[in-house]
Amino acid sequence: MELKLADYKSDLAPDWCPGCGDYGILSALQTALYKLGIEPSRAVLVSGIGCSAKTVHYAAAYGVHTLHGRPLPVAQGVKLANPELTVVAMAGDGDGMGIGAGHFVGVGRRNPDLLYLIFNNEVYGMTKGQASPTLELGAQPKSLARPNLQSKVNPLMLAFAAGFTFIARGYAYDVKNLARLIQQGIEHKGLAMIDVLQPCPTYNNLHTREWFAPRVYDIQAEGYDPRVPREMGDAERAERMARFTLRATEWGERIPTGVFWQAELPSFEERLGAFLPGYPETGPAIRGPGGEAERARALMRGHRVAE
Amino acid sequence: MGGMERPKLDDFTWRVGGPQGGGIETAATLFAQALARGGWWVSARREYHSNIMGRHSYLDVRAARRPTRAFFERVDLLAALDAETLVRHLDEVKPGGVLVYDPGAARTPLSKLAMLDDAAKKRLSERLGGGDPPLERALERYRTAGVRPVPLALAPLAREVAEAVGADALTARKTLNTVAVAASLALLGYPLEFLDAALADQFAAKPRVAELNRKVAAEVYRRVEPLEGWRVSAAGTPGERIYLNGSHASAMGKVAAGLGFMSYYPITPATDEPFYLEAHPEAGVLVVQVEDELAAVNMAIGASMAGARAALTTSGPGFALMTEALGFAGITETPLVVSLYQRGGPSTGLPTRTEQGDLRFALGAGHGDYPRAVLASANVEDAFADAALAMNLAARFQLPVVHLMDKHLAATTRVVEPFDVGSVELDPGVVAEAPEGVFPRFSLAAEGGVSPRIPVGTPGAGYWITSDEHDEVGHITEDPELRDAMMEKRAAKLAALGEWLGPGAMYRAHNPEAGTLVLGWGSTEGVALEAMEGLDLGYVQVRFLLPFPDLEALLEGKRLVVLEYNQSGQFARLLAQETGRRPDHLIVKYNGRPMTIEEVRAAFEAVLNGEAGAHTVLRAGV
Repeated sequence: MELKLADYKSDLAPDWCPGCGDYGILSALQTALYKLGIEPSRAVLVSGIGCSAKTVHYAAAYGVHTLHGRPLPVAQGVKLANPELTVVAMAGDGDGMGIGAGHFVGVGRRNPDLLYLIFNNEVYGMTKGQASPTLELGAQPKSLARPNLQSKVNPLMLAFAAGFTFIARGYAYDVKNLARLIQQGIEHKGLAMIDVLQPCPTYNNLHTREWFAPRVYDIQAEGYDPRVPREMGDAERAERMARFTLRATEWGERIPTGVFWQAELPSFEERLGAFLPGYPETGPAIRGPGGEAERARALMRGHRVAE
Repeated sequence: MGGMERPKLDDFTWRVGGPQGGGIETAATLFAQALARGGWWVSARREYHSNIMGRHSYLDVRAARRPTRAFFERVDLLAALDAETLVRHLDEVKPGGVLVYDPGAARTPLSKLAMLDDAAKKRLSERLGGGDPPLERALERYRTAGVRPVPLALAPLAREVAEAVGADALTARKTLNTVAVAASLALLGYPLEFLDAALADQFAAKPRVAELNRKVAAEVYRRVEPLEGWRVSAAGTPGERIYLNGSHASAMGKVAAGLGFMSYYPITPATDEPFYLEAHPEAGVLVVQVEDELAAVNMAIGASMAGARAALTTSGPGFALMTEALGFAGITETPLVVSLYQRGGPSTGLPTRTEQGDLRFALGAGHGDYPRAVLASANVEDAFADAALAMNLAARFQLPVVHLMDKHLAATTRVVEPFDVGSVELDPGVVAEAPEGVFPRFSLAAEGGVSPRIPVGTPGAGYWITSDEHDEVGHITEDPELRDAMMEKRAAKLAALGEWLGPGAMYRAHNPEAGTLVLGWGSTEGVALEAMEGLDLGYVQVRFLLPFPDLEALLEGKRLVVLEYNQSGQFARLLAQETGRRPDHLIVKYNGRPMTIEEVRAAFEAVLNGEAGAHTVLRAGV
């Protein structure tokens, strides 16, 4: 039976505020899965806590709504146990860059084959608009009692430092381009991250739809090539890194979106395969029962007092 | 040497002490393996500081003609590989026992022992007559106690031996452990062939090193005369016996019950288990070292949701970080096993010492109410069986299971009969057949609270999982009726689990007819049973702390004693909560050292003689 876009929608109606960027991200995600022809039952969407986390309930796929800050470890557990699945982790900016920031660095060092979406609206929506780690120093959206006293973290730069092999930025109201980015992120062999800029119409009165609209632009449309193949020489790689840094830190009159960095590095599954017989085909969730006693006996043999 | 007792040669203990990182563990392993090959039932316990190199560390190797369960305070032979060992273990060799020491060490004054901390220095100075005594005074004290000091300069002996076998000085230093073990075994008159075989096995991967060490051992045997009155011969043949510690056994049990995934963050003493599995890919376990315990527990939960049999190991500080996710496993009904290796708390506490201080923590960890099982292992045989049982319980009842271990169990290596691996049956739990479309993963039509399960990613079906309260397909709900129904469905699993286990699996009673019963849990069983030999006492090992066994009839009309390794009597409080019975005597220990047979026996005798108060603190140990 041919899959339709509607097959990726659950029966549940979203309860986000009108005008929330989450609608655009949900729609782009469903479009990307549909375009890639991924069976809904072979995709696992993993979220954290907050407005963004509800996304998984509105998609027809396996949806895992975890704890605040923990979508990445749960997503990795699913993926490593069953490497045949398409796994998309998602988190809000507080979820991903605040309480879960340690995992962001940890996952970057492993490069598992999954996609991570950051829903970046610069505020904690669900708890009524506190400053998130991506809010600029000195900014004071209407819900804050005083200007933000902490500097913002740049998800693109942090992803680069941590070792992500696919680094992109999208805009929630540009669903078409965001869907394309998500599609590329899923297809990328290794760890992909998309920082998705989104207005929060309820709590962020500074960075609104009207503020973003004239600023965002597509770096690919300007001919930016993000690819850094394995065989690229050091000098050229250094030049790409400088170029990446310039784009990733551009913020103000112009805000770049698109793919900033795409490198080649063995995935964590490939690295494990070098040590675990038959992995990833023998992933612990797909190898099936049998052989347990033999494996335990093999361990026990090593402890025999005498042969 | 008149007046000396002859040690019993069917049960003796050799202690080797020296600086951490100096190879005394290898020495003890060799000594133990040599005796085990000669048919002795051997067990070895390890005490060490939280330190990489230099601080005092020691191992006791007890060998007997029958299986043993615990350790004595006083040993038969003490091999002091450095000066500090000589004073650290003052008064811990039995009369008639032997002290092997380096004559150079005897001239050292106490103040020159750089790694000896001030508290110990002050205490030892007092015991040796005050001031800054030379260690010669320690030797006098051993002699007065009826211990025979045997001077043996290991470094010169190693040099001589190296010369005799044609090795250089640097190589000679590397064989020092073999020299020490060979000298000890030669003093005991124990046949060389067993040490020879143990060496061949120890260095199997490096034939030249094996050859050299075997030559060194033989040469030492030619130079060291057996002690008068000591002739340790072979005690039989080892047959199929295995030699392993609690961490190995716990890993094997999990593997036998289908373990496929383990994530961990390094922590003493829990990491030995995943580290061991990492080194043995034939165990078929995907082991991942992660950034913290938050990642470890959540990754294992993800793997379990996908259908892998997943487990974790940790210790108190790591378990503290895992508590939020434990509730996540609880509300999402995800099978998960955590082996919690208890060590001295609170906070960082005594990271390398033993305690049973996490009982109440394990029972209550996490916010809100959710069912979990908590069981505790007493010894390596239990560690295997309990780890397997924990995996099956988690799968069958879809809940977190906390498997309590402790540092003493983890670091005690024993000769045991091989485990009956074939008797472990993999319980897949209740699995739904051929699901299609939206699947009611949290169906309220659930026998014993257990809804049939399919892993995420099952083709053709779908559902949601959330840490929020949820409906049958896993969507968030705040509906009061659904909330009640889900809470009650989950809670029902605990009673079903207790029924499934039956009372026989939940506790073990030894001599329950006695008028006074000692109750304990975890690794107190071994020392209690050895200490009560010949006394009019019974012992009850409570294996399941949650659900708690029905002990009412068993305890009826008895005088009760609780023995445990924590300050506040955590088990005693649980006992009162579950049975309404308060123990008449509480015997506790919290200095981080394992209970000795002597001190527990003395405490039991005081109870029976009517001399014991309501609360006794055991304080033995170095």
